[in-house]
Amino acid sequence: MAAGVAAWLPFARAAAIGWMPVANLPMPVAPSNKNKRQDELIILNVSGRRFQTWRNTLDRYPDTLLGSSEKEFFFNEETREYFFDRDPDVFRSILNFYRTGKLHYPRYECISAYDEELAFFGIIPEIISDCCYEEYKDRKRENTERLMDDLEDNKDSKLPNMTFRETMWRAFENPHTSTMALVFYYVTGFFIALSVITNVVETVPCGYMPNQRDVPCGERYTEAFFCMDTACVMIFTVEYLMRLFAAPSRYRFMRSVMSIIDVVAILPYYIGLVMTNNEDVSGAFVTLRVFRVFRIFKFSRHSQGLRILGYTLKSCASELGFLLFSLTMAIIIFATVMFYAEKGSSSSKFTSIPASFWYTIVTMTTLGYGDMVPKTIAGKIFGSICSLSGVLVIALPVPVIVSNFSRIYHQNQRADKRKAQKVQKARLARMRISKSGSSTAFLHSKRNGLNQSLELTQLPYYKMKLSPQGSLEEDQQLKKTTSLLESQHHHLLHCLEKTTNHEFVDERLYEQGYLQTALQNFPSQSPSLSSEEGITGTCCSRRPKKNIQPLNATHTHSHTHNLQELSALHIQCGEQQPLNTSRSSLNLMSDESGSLNCKSSGLVTTAIISIPTPPSNNSRASPDAPSPPNPEAPPLLNPSSTDVVKISAL
Amino acid sequence: MGALMVIFSLQTKQRRKRTDSIEDELELSAVRHRPEALEQLEAQTRFSRKELQILYRGFKNECPSGVVNEDTFKEIYAQFFPQGDASTYAHFLFNAFDTDHNGSVSFEDFVMGLSILLRGSVQEKLNWAFNLYDINKDGYITKEEMLDIIKSIYDMMGKCTYPILKEETPRQHVEIFFQKMDKNRDGVVTIDEFIDCCQNDENIMRSMQLFENVI
Repeated sequence: MAAGVAAWLPFARAAAIGWMPVANLPMPVAPSNKNKRQDELIILNVSGRRFQTWRNTLDRYPDTLLGSSEKEFFFNEETREYFFDRDPDVFRSILNFYRTGKLHYPRYECISAYDEELAFFGIIPEIISDCCYEEYKDRKRENTERLMDDLEDNKDSKLPNMTFRETMWRAFENPHTSTMALVFYYVTGFFIALSVITNVVETVPCGYMPNQRDVPCGERYTEAFFCMDTACVMIFTVEYLMRLFAAPSRYRFMRSVMSIIDVVAILPYYIGLVMTNNEDVSGAFVTLRVFRVFRIFKFSRHSQGLRILGYTLKSCASELGFLLFSLTMAIIIFATVMFYAEKGSSSSKFTSIPASFWYTIVTMTTLGYGDMVPKTIAGKIFGSICSLSGVLVIALPVPVIVSNFSRIYHQNQRADKRKAQKVQKARLARMRISKSGSSTAFLHSKRNGLNQSLELTQLPYYKMKLSPQGSLEEDQQLKKTTSLLESQHHHLLHCLEKTTNHEFVDERLYEQGYLQTALQNFPSQSPSLSSEEGITGTCCSRRPKKNIQPLNATHTHSHTHNLQELSALHIQCGEQQPLNTSRSSLNLMSDESGSLNCKSSGLVTTAIISIPTPPSNNSRASPDAPSPPNPEAPPLLNPSSTDVVKISAL
Repeated sequence: MGALMVIFSLQTKQRRKRTDSIEDELELSAVRHRPEALEQLEAQTRFSRKELQILYRGFKNECPSGVVNEDTFKEIYAQFFPQGDASTYAHFLFNAFDTDHNGSVSFEDFVMGLSILLRGSVQEKLNWAFNLYDINKDGYITKEEMLDIIKSIYDMMGKCTYPILKEETPRQHVEIFFQKMDKNRDGVVTIDEFIDCCQNDENIMRSMQLFENVI
């Protein structure tokens, strides 16, 4: 039970009087709070700073240090206060958690100190409320990564048993590990530079041929350039093949961006080799040489900054998209306006709207070449509006991109959104587990110890009132494991059960019971089973499974517990034993609660409802023989495409 | 031009936000509520001073503004019944507690209701229960009203029950109730029939005393 509303439990119990006239069964006896003390102030002395609070406030969370009897270990007899030798600043947030039900993380606190305090006081960090949780998780992640980085730096020394392949891969990825790797790194860098410079110089005009025409150097010294090109491509090919050989996962390596750049850089040469004799495709061959410029991207292996720039552009894709979109919108609008404004003037360069696009782009980016200028007054007015708005549109997304770049540069490419999603899932799961303690606690206490309380209801009420001493022992036994608050809450739930004449059960028992009634009813009605995702996590055991919604259910529960994954449910006789015992003991009011006998309860024989499932599921079926209704079950259950095997009680 | 449009829309949004927040603030300050003095409440209810103190502390902790609105009420009540859906029953409860029907339960309403439930005579408690069941407050409980109430109680059980809850279970429950309570078989239950019948039923009488010592 959320202890923040513990103060409202008396109200909820009082409101239960509304059920009484409707109930047809007698109600169970309320747990007496004979040893309820008057609420008292207790003093918590944390390293000299005294905090005071009501005892009830601390009792709200009985599974923490302050809420349980564990704090008695810290009780100081002489000063009659609880002394903790811990940090008083952090204790403030912890005590506020008891008061308000929300745990906050103060930003100025060191993350590991805070974690230690939480661990000491028995509070799980997942309870940190949403307002501070992001900050907490970010700081924690930074911290762990920093620690991991330190570890990795120490790990740089050569590990003894690395294969040649692994050494090579490490040499490629980390040039600073060995001298050979460094040499290789610089050599490839030199050749990349050489290749790029060659491409550039090839087109420079150098000298005159006899027919008085400027020739680019490429045509004059064809063999020399061809030799250099060949040498560079040789080096690049060898490097690529070596990387491919050394890569731990070749498929992944081939898909990576750097390897694609490598391939694109060397492919034109080979294609050119193959196609030199064919005249028709020589045009295409010339175009292919353009791709040689991609060799310059190979430098990104050598430069961290280049990689970060690429990553930034990738991560700012949405801002860039917005920039592009708004620019396009503006260009089209202004081009249209300018075209119609300049339509009247003679010898206007604005011959069509697409022709005006060039003017608009040049004006908006404040280039202003001046090859197209408006001549009419309307054109000039709209032209000036165009240039002013251009400045604004371009200036808007740029700061976002810049800040992104600087953030990534400083964090060194550590953003990982998918990890956060997984962490969120795990956190919600842990919180749900701790919160579902309340409902499972009720079912638990039903199984364990409420037989005795039922016997109490058999006694006439006046006897109860006259002999309070007699009930004291039972009360003490009842309250052995549960606090007063819990026992009162359980009593409330028990009253509800009596009112409706139905019991709360575990999810598994519910499934059994449902299938039981389904099989009994199916001559008369055909339950069309539609499997429904979503599990009321609070009432069900923590095993993830698929749910089958009964046709006749009057309630649709759309609780937000749909985070668990789905898998098949298997119930076997052995697991049913403890549950069936308690159920039969509650129903039959038998004295012995210890006999675990499947057959004697008369409720449990296992049967297999066969559903077309993969054979692995069927192999888990119990060895008992299938029962007669079995053959009729499949046609009904087939239309629902569930892949769950149910072994149910009949 | 697109930029100009964007800037314009941003400005109007800002202006709208400002007016919204001003309105919100006005709402909040209007709703903050201070209860009557302790002595007055002591006189009006059957709680002692200490009990009122404890009640108020718990109330104010959960609702710092001094009043509970229906959503908070439903949330609080739902915490006690994690397996089912307590919102419908909480809605009826809210209407029963909100005696002046102004949409919020102040501390006075809260404590008056509790005083009847915990310290009132059997007659008063039965009166309160009748008021709860009579949804439209016309003095008669019809079968439809009873069906709504009983359905909401069954909703609180949730899905995982034994035996499985069937469609006709609430209806059957209503039939049993009307058979017991509706003496003249006119299809409605009046307050006198209700009180008469409950006083003759030992189970109900006994269960009314159940929560005497809750505070």
